[in-house]
Amino acid sequence: MNRLTIIGLAIVTVLVIVALFAPWIANYDVGATDLSMRYLAPSSEHWFGTDSTGRDIFSRVVYGARISLQVGIIVVTVSAFIGTILGAIAGYYGGWVDRFVSGYVFNVFLAFPGLLLAIAMVAFLGAGLNKLILALCIIGWVGYARLIRGQVLKVREYDFVQAARALGASDARILLIHILPNAIQPLIVQASLGMAGAVLSEAALSFLGLGVPPPAPSWGVMIEEARDLSTLQAAPHALIFPGIAIALTVLAFNFIGDGLREYLDPRQRAR
Amino acid sequence: MRTNLRYRIFGILRRLLILLLVVWTVVSLVTLLIELVPGDPAVAVLGEQATPEQFAQFRQKHGLDRPPFFFSFPRDSNDERHFVWHGVDNRYTDYWRSLLSGDMGLSFRNDQPVISLILERYPATIELAILAMAIAILIAIPLGVIAGTNRGTLIDNFASVVALLGISLPSFVIGPMLVYIFAVKLGWLAPSGRFEWSDIILPAFTLGAALSAILTRMVRSSVIEELGEDYVRTARAKGLSERKVVYKHVLKNGLIPVVTILGLQLGVLLAGAIITEKIFGWPGLGLLLVEDGIGKRDYRVVQGCVLVISMTYIIANLLTDMVYKWLDPRIRVG
Repeated sequence: MNRLTIIGLAIVTVLVIVALFAPWIANYDVGATDLSMRYLAPSSEHWFGTDSTGRDIFSRVVYGARISLQVGIIVVTVSAFIGTILGAIAGYYGGWVDRFVSGYVFNVFLAFPGLLLAIAMVAFLGAGLNKLILALCIIGWVGYARLIRGQVLKVREYDFVQAARALGASDARILLIHILPNAIQPLIVQASLGMAGAVLSEAALSFLGLGVPPPAPSWGVMIEEARDLSTLQAAPHALIFPGIAIALTVLAFNFIGDGLREYLDPRQRAR
Repeated sequence: MRTNLRYRIFGILRRLLILLLVVWTVVSLVTLLIELVPGDPAVAVLGEQATPEQFAQFRQKHGLDRPPFFFSFPRDSNDERHFVWHGVDNRYTDYWRSLLSGDMGLSFRNDQPVISLILERYPATIELAILAMAIAILIAIPLGVIAGTNRGTLIDNFASVVALLGISLPSFVIGPMLVYIFAVKLGWLAPSGRFEWSDIILPAFTLGAALSAILTRMVRSSVIEELGEDYVRTARAKGLSERKVVYKHVLKNGLIPVVTILGLQLGVLLAGAIITEKIFGWPGLGLLLVEDGIGKRDYRVVQGCVLVISMTYIIANLLTDMVYKWLDPRIRVG
């Protein structure tokens, strides 16, 4: 395993611990405002300083990890699950099922660039954590489905699958016991990169005011609150610390994803 | 030869059909999404205090008094839902009919045609996206080539770190940081708006940062791959300078995958512009969508913006596909 993957794993471990034990790690109430304490620079009292309403930034960044990981885990699990089922069915049965799913459904979802579909859905449904998760799942599953479809198309031609079919195994048994376990490896890579994507998307939508509503300590909300000119002037740390938190999280999951890909596909190792 | 031609025509027709189907679905989705709005759009726009006449007038003006689709399941007096057939005279067909004549309805807020609001803002977004792409290319090609030809050296590692930073730092972190450095601290550039020519610099850098990082990595690995090819050995053997080998031979072949990524990324830039425009108050489609559309619950504007952005994306992808096939004859048959 390469060095960057280990760094990534270390960062994610710290993040998970921070998210799980947030109430013990955060030393201030995340919502407690105190205007006499606003714009304080980082110190031993307030490690990351305070924001425009005197809230402790360290505590908010710590609780922000909870929101980010929660959204990431739910979105990746649900979209990987739905994507695997639909991708496997399309790849295994082929024919008109495949033509419908991969020729039409995939293309419809790919016709919306990036976050646009999520933004549109949240715009019509209204903002909120649950709607944000729903929107990210709806745009997220297609990537997994395409991946699994391709894998299943490949694996279903292998000899052991033909052998199982010759022995009279049912379609469900062939798919679940013989094909999927051999097709699912790249899914882990995709899931790791998907975590990075989900954390970014949550922060982006919250930044736009379409995700977790303030005063919740989402990193995206914190950045949105820190970017007006008077706060930038007085307390640039209010922007920098949540920014670092997002960058480290995204970097860590990308490291893990890249490392896993290299590990699973030795041809890439040389590069 | 003849079967080959027939095969190709059939292939083109099939792709055209899929394209039309996709466009039809995207438009339908955007049209029908408005039905998901919780509550009544008229109440959201006019407020609870409006008189019944005002509500009726608003609904009539925007066609909201008409049935939403070919059929619906309204509640009857016993609070049970029943299937009702409305026929072809409904809001969905209205929207299609006006769309085909270049009309996207009126803004819920100020009664201006949505299409003219969009056309007014569209050039600013395109301007931003193209400059962002130009900046990304200008950074990525030299950096990627240098990194690829000096593999494993300090320069290569430096380029990799820069690329990683560009990928991990989202625009809504980079943007405000650039504002802090260049507007608040140094005072060189304005923090937002579109008044002077220099106002585009910060937004374009912000939007182009992630793309330049992705491109740098691609150019690097593409250069490394091409350097191992036989034609490079031939070129070197006949005595070409290393510079000529890299810039005339390697780069030309190595850029084919890069062109594809560029085309696909143009659409991603359009979506990314939504965030960048919000950071810098850049008056493009993204700001129209977020502030005038979503912020003021002007659903007609939201519909129009989403539609125009996704259509631009579809067209950009189509053009990329064609350019790619033209560049690389090996995949023309497929």
